[in-house]
Amino acid sequence: MSLVEYSAHELKQLLVSGEITSIELTQALLDQIGTYDDHLGAFLHIDAERALARAADIDHRRQAGKPLGPLAGLPVAVKDVLCDQDGPTTCASRMLQSFRPPYDATVVARLKAADAVLIGRTNMDEFAMGGSTENSAFQVTRNPWDPGRIPGGSSGGAATCVAARMAPLSIGTDTGGSIRQPAGLCGVVGMKPTYGRVSRYGLIAFASSLDQVGPLARTTRDAALLLETIAGHDPHDATSLEVPVPAYSHSLEQPLAGLRLGIVREHFAAGLDPSIEEAIRQAVEVYQSLGATIQEISLPHSKYAVATYYVIAPSEASSNLARYDGVHYGHRTDESQLQAELNARRQQLQAAGDERGLDQLDNGLVRMYRLSRAEGFGPEVKRRIMLGTYALSAGYYDAYYLKALKVRRLIRQDFDAAFGQVDLIASPVTPSVAYRLGEMVDDPLAMYLVDLYTVSANLAGLPSISLPCGFTREWLPIGLQLQAPPLEELRLLRGAHMYEQATDWHKRQPALVRQRHTGV
Amino acid sequence: MTALSRNDVEKVALLARLQLTDAELDTMTAQLGQILGYVDLLAEVDTTDVEPMAHAVELCNVFATDQVMPSLPRERALANAPRDNGRGYLVPAVLGD
Amino acid sequence: MPETSTHPYTTVIGLEVHVQLATRSKLFCGCSTQFGAEPNTQTCPVCIGMPGTLPVLNRSAFALALKTAIALNCHIPEFTKWDRKQYYYPDLPKGYQISQYDLPMSVDGFLEISDPLEPYAPLRIGIIRAHLEEDAGKSIHDEVAGRADSEIDLNRTGTPLLEIVSEPDLRSPAASRIFLQELKLLLTYLGVSDCNMQEGSLRVDANVNLHLEANGQRVATPIVEIKNMNSFRAVQRALEYEASRQYRVWQETGQQLGQASKQTRGWDEAAGLTRPQRSKEESSDYRYLPDPDLVPITTSPAQVEQIRQSLGELPSALRARLVREGNLSDYDANVLINQGQELVDYYQAVAAKCNDPKTAANWVTQEVLRELKEREMTIAQIPIPAECLADLIHAIQQGQLPGTRAREVFTLMLNDQITAAEAIGKLGIEQVDESDLVALCQELIDANPKIVADVQGGKQQAIGALIGQAKKKNPNVDPGRVRSICLELAMKS
Ligand SMILES: [Mg+2]
Ligand SMILES: [Zn+2]
Repeated sequence: MSLVEYSAHELKQLLVSGEITSIELTQALLDQIGTYDDHLGAFLHIDAERALARAADIDHRRQAGKPLGPLAGLPVAVKDVLCDQDGPTTCASRMLQSFRPPYDATVVARLKAADAVLIGRTNMDEFAMGGSTENSAFQVTRNPWDPGRIPGGSSGGAATCVAARMAPLSIGTDTGGSIRQPAGLCGVVGMKPTYGRVSRYGLIAFASSLDQVGPLARTTRDAALLLETIAGHDPHDATSLEVPVPAYSHSLEQPLAGLRLGIVREHFAAGLDPSIEEAIRQAVEVYQSLGATIQEISLPHSKYAVATYYVIAPSEASSNLARYDGVHYGHRTDESQLQAELNARRQQLQAAGDERGLDQLDNGLVRMYRLSRAEGFGPEVKRRIMLGTYALSAGYYDAYYLKALKVRRLIRQDFDAAFGQVDLIASPVTPSVAYRLGEMVDDPLAMYLVDLYTVSANLAGLPSISLPCGFTREWLPIGLQLQAPPLEELRLLRGAHMYEQATDWHKRQPALVRQRHTGV
Repeated sequence: MTALSRNDVEKVALLARLQLTDAELDTMTAQLGQILGYVDLLAEVDTTDVEPMAHAVELCNVFATDQVMPSLPRERALANAPRDNGRGYLVPAVLGD
Repeated sequence: MPETSTHPYTTVIGLEVHVQLATRSKLFCGCSTQFGAEPNTQTCPVCIGMPGTLPVLNRSAFALALKTAIALNCHIPEFTKWDRKQYYYPDLPKGYQISQYDLPMSVDGFLEISDPLEPYAPLRIGIIRAHLEEDAGKSIHDEVAGRADSEIDLNRTGTPLLEIVSEPDLRSPAASRIFLQELKLLLTYLGVSDCNMQEGSLRVDANVNLHLEANGQRVATPIVEIKNMNSFRAVQRALEYEASRQYRVWQETGQQLGQASKQTRGWDEAAGLTRPQRSKEESSDYRYLPDPDLVPITTSPAQVEQIRQSLGELPSALRARLVREGNLSDYDANVLINQGQELVDYYQAVAAKCNDPKTAANWVTQEVLRELKEREMTIAQIPIPAECLADLIHAIQQGQLPGTRAREVFTLMLNDQITAAEAIGKLGIEQVDESDLVALCQELIDANPKIVADVQGGKQQAIGALIGQAKKKNPNVDPGRVRSICLELAMKS
């Protein structure tokens, strides 16, 4: 078996016992990336030299018997949305193409302190807006199970690199499903922790009240290992929770005795792909066979979740992205051309005696903002900025933004009531499997509706996990989503682990990758 | 609620400091209209006496101590500036044209 | 409300004051708030608004704001939150200012001032709200090689400001100035701000319009906001100018409130007038939203009460007490208080020691203040401790020191940093024995028959020459006593 196929947990044991070195492991993954990534496009940036130097340093320290962090020598890929002062952080946007942060995100700092080897920066939808990774300004990422299809998004690179064995662990972010959905579509484990569990400091904001950082891996044990490294209170994030972080990976194996698993009546409606419905029902049967009791529950406001989300997220985004104005960092338009154009336009208007036109003509500064932003942002980002600006503007605030904040509370209250009856809620991750590249580009609303099972957890701040639970006839992965009450990550991981132990979906490899390793 | 005109979209584009081409304005008007049409679904929810929920976790009273920490050296602060003079960020004159 | 009698209109003024709170570090990051640093040397990823950064609220900034609001008699709601006010400007790096919108930390207070029309009659000026927010940076016009640029300095960005908004309760430019003086006094007493206008720690905008009578109806002129006023004197001048300008415009156009949109005008100090400032229509849509990066603050009534108890004596109460206990005039009490807590403490120590508040007040408000001004000193630097000044006053009261030479003694005490007794000794001042004085006068009378004759002929002023001679022979003599004794002896001879 090639090194790239081992789980992070197994690799850690091999590293600790001295059977392998971090250099060997890092090199093997760099080779895997070299082989597949030209085609799959999971990474935006690889600094092989730095990664190998870091691996060598950790190997030396290990040989010298020095104390090492919990991820010592393990390569981790990071979504290009978390600031790292050692390299570029672009958010897959032309706006930040040349941005070099002068500081580390707390999650990045914790990974470095845990002696992880940061192997590369993964592709994403620009500013994490989108569910297909097609909205990257730089490249398309392909689903390793069918390179003609999307990997999901926005953490598409993060899911792809794990599924294609280019990294055992990766960091993603989830604002409305951006970890769980690509994890589901790529057949890996992805988890969004409780809001506030992981610091957002240094995470380039999309929608601040919804964004969370979380792990992607091939097993729940690996996800637990990564989560316990990055979770915990951070004084730099006022929304971060000051509660202890359990050692998830240690108590993972205890099954949940007397588990009450909820399934949501409203989830099994028209629009759900029958093969997905079938896989979810079978997963529920697995739980039943493990001793869980199954209970049907209702989340009466779940049908409003997508509408609520697509008011709140763009509103916050329009505010968060106002800082990209080409003044202090980021892309700025060509100023000489801008002045020439403005002068020409002014002369035109003067000649025509158009007083109103002259009055409305942007000044140089306003035009600089408008052009810098128009050139720096892609269409999906512009669409959301426009939507959010509109929802917050005078006269519409109450009907859209304020209304959505109220419905958000009702959605949360639904969950609070449901968790009085059940311990975990099981559901699909997506209503359909990975679609073909380009298929939805012109239909944003259809694309938004794909988020219907995932956005509620963000609105309510709940932890939620996606794990492989089957395949369609065309060998496209299907994800099972589990949700738990706030701060019950351990319950969620134990529940997921129970299922994983009873099934082997997580062991499947995409044909593309499997073929190469046959006979190795 | 939703009768979004091209003119509305133009105004929003100025508020959002985006320069949209004519074609973009057309597409944007259609797409925003469609999305807002869907969002109007919220109007049917009875939210009487429901408090708005702006945060996913409702914490209070988080403070930092009033303590001076090192600032960035100026060259690091200005390192990402699109245009600067070594002292400050430069932009086209703020006053007048 | 008294009408200003000289005008056919009432000037209605509301002030908006931004005060920099005296914290060490900025409102949401650890950068220093020290004034005067080189541009862009006091910034960090947070206050530059770099992608991914988050604000965390400075505890002291909130505490200082709370203290001020309570001193301004504001109601402190139990729940307050943070909002983003969104607009684009190059000195606002995030594209929004973190401020407070619908649920500010304090509302509905007042500040008492002395009515300038009826001096020292108390006048209550309402405070609509006081809220905490962050400052923006600075744009400096920079003309290089024919290209007009602005240079942006973000050192100020994120400095904590308390925005204090008054009701439109002020009825004259003079009252507005007094309001600002009283506010500054309160803030410096509390130690919450240094209120230095030159360094931008206190900034004032004013909203003003006129109420007048037209065809038996009360009407109002459109409201104008005035900016760019760099001193309290400038505020008064700008408001005076603006009131007469609005009256002129009213006479020409008859335009009323509601018939024109609110205008912003800038004060031009050199030209002594206000000019319209450019403003785009869309700029008023701030698209406020609750800041998702910051959590709300709760303050209990018990906490508010505890702070209220800890405030100590505020300037208005202190003023009343000085008048009552020291029998001071309102004027003297104001002169003392306007100099700040330290001078008042000094005065109180002098008054207590010499047991004569009125004389102590005269000394402090006249000699002490004059010397401080001439020597460009603060009261903390004065080399005469309060007890020493009290000793000086005591010596006069005891007749050990003629009042005429007291200032001489005071100056020497200051110059040589010595006690009153030492100064009196150094100047050779000693009390002249009554018999010695009579003997001296007799000697002068005998030696100046011409003067005696003049006096006897009715020219009493001729005695002045004898006083001069007496002082030459003995500088310690009391000129008044010399005069009366000589007069008596001259008439008898
Ligand atoms: Mg303000
Ligand atoms: Zn700072």
